[in-house]
Amino acid sequence: MTSKNKWLSTPYIIWSVIFIIVPLGMILYYGLTDQTGAFTLDNITAIAAAGHAKALRVSLLLSLISTLVCFLLAYPLAMILARVQVKRHNFIILVFILPMWMNFLLRTLAWQTLLEKNGVINHVLSFLHLPALKIINTPAAIILGMVYNFLPFMVLPLYNALSKIDMNVINAAHDLGANNVYTFVRIILPLSIPGIISGITMVFIPALTTFVISSLLGGGKLLLIGDVIEQEFTRTSNWHLGSGLSMVLMIFILVNMVLSAVFDKDGEGSML
Amino acid sequence: MKKHRMTHIRQTAAVLVLLTSAALCGCASDKGVNGQVIVYNWGEYIDPETIRMFEEESGIKVIYDEFETNESMYPKVESGAVAYDIACPSDYMISRMIQNGMLSEIDYDKIPNAKKNIGAQYYEQSRGFDPENKYAVPYCWGTVGILYNKTMVEEPITRWAQLWDEKYADNILMQDSVRDAFMVAEKRNGYSMNTLDAEELEASKNLLISQKPLVQAYVVDQVRDKMIGGEAAIGVIYSGEAIYTQKENPDLVYVIPEEGTNVWIDSWVILKNAPNKENAEKFIDFMCREDIALMNFEYITYSTPNVAARELIEEEDIKNSEIAFPDLSQYDNLETYVYLGEDGDYLYNELWKEVKAY
Repeated sequence: MTSKNKWLSTPYIIWSVIFIIVPLGMILYYGLTDQTGAFTLDNITAIAAAGHAKALRVSLLLSLISTLVCFLLAYPLAMILARVQVKRHNFIILVFILPMWMNFLLRTLAWQTLLEKNGVINHVLSFLHLPALKIINTPAAIILGMVYNFLPFMVLPLYNALSKIDMNVINAAHDLGANNVYTFVRIILPLSIPGIISGITMVFIPALTTFVISSLLGGGKLLLIGDVIEQEFTRTSNWHLGSGLSMVLMIFILVNMVLSAVFDKDGEGSML
Repeated sequence: MKKHRMTHIRQTAAVLVLLTSAALCGCASDKGVNGQVIVYNWGEYIDPETIRMFEEESGIKVIYDEFETNESMYPKVESGAVAYDIACPSDYMISRMIQNGMLSEIDYDKIPNAKKNIGAQYYEQSRGFDPENKYAVPYCWGTVGILYNKTMVEEPITRWAQLWDEKYADNILMQDSVRDAFMVAEKRNGYSMNTLDAEELEASKNLLISQKPLVQAYVVDQVRDKMIGGEAAIGVIYSGEAIYTQKENPDLVYVIPEEGTNVWIDSWVILKNAPNKENAEKFIDFMCREDIALMNFEYITYSTPNVAARELIEEEDIKNSEIAFPDLSQYDNLETYVYLGEDGDYLYNELWKEVKAY
């Protein structure tokens, strides 16, 4: 790197110091101190308290399920996208990204209106003399909200990885007598692993830390770890406990990122 | 104890009014002819037109800021990041601010409308948190009660205990805030809603946990819309929201439960280090003027302690509304929240977390 390039990067370094390093440092400081400012590990061990541990378990479970659902939905779509003509796939990708231009909160609120007892979906169902849908304020509604909101983050890296697979490799497999299933299992799937890992990271982390979806679609009946942290900051104003719990959550995120670094050495899957 | 209540249209209108008023008063200089006053109030808790009128009449520029909960207001005022002149907290938060020496004494000679127009009973009630009436000028008050949809229940709802009736499983909306949720359980059991007794708190917590399977959702401001839309049969709600919801859905009935409830008062206070104390006094005096208080009452529909303003209400059914102006003397089990201290707050929050995580 020349000295000129170094100089050019100064604004970004200042930016990341102010908005990444300093906030992280503050979280570390708050997480490791108590109200009087003395050093303590209580805020971190507090994760073992019954309520917190349960919230973490529920969060892990729900985000694993929604990551899996996202993967199962996204993989076929990404395969289709990778095979269609360039003109058409741009359009399909646009359709997929379009909802992301709207505010995340609004989209989640819209789901609330759709799923409610007297909501749009149930009106249509009762008009068709079908039984009503009862998923609002249940864990299923939370998973639905997560899948809906985070699906594009799974589709894009998968699409990116799949579209990079050289058609000649697949043709060679066919020439050598592999059928479609065998080609998929031995060639396509292994070659798309960077995309899979990166997709999983991009869905799992926001799903694990979310708090809006659970309170809007879950009726506040299921406490996720994100809700606990949010409430420590906004309602009970115990920033120390909130920061301590955030640090525990960061461990899970770090593990996830280490895994993706191991599997995705060239950063192939990361498109965003 | 105001929660958001306006429809989005009215929100937009409010923003527009504020923007136009900012434009009209000429932004050439930051301050008005007679300086400025910085007000910190609940979200959507005032008719923006009254602010414009104040600016026009007094030549004082109003810088208006809003908060969502007492708990979020407190640290901001305490840190002094913005030097507010006036805030409008609730009872228990005022007592916390008094205890911590954050408020400045009110000089009633400078605020003649406060003594003239505000009913004596409201000053009496304020003594619970402001024993000598030195700091707080009542602005709005109300109760917390049950709103139910008479087409969806089998018998009239009159008691908190009915919120534990299995008939109404998945049809109950509870408040998603620690004090209001615990108040319901404590009142049902006949305890004080300010109790710090370990056994009573444990019993209340278990009661709330046993209620959880019957609750459709824990919500704050969404109670209003969900009840209007017929999503649930029964909801715990602030009285100020009741008039509005009934206008939108005539099947809704508001009751103060037999076991008693919370009576709250939100009051104007002047902060200790207010940079514009004289202007703050003028602002509060203006808000206590009967015609201005009436405008605010009609806009936000929360009960006004301004008896002179109540006299001016033209619609008889609103003027004598049992919801807006209930005769509280018929209840002997009403209470007002008091500040529980840091340890008390911590205890309540921990128990509430156990309920929510259960």
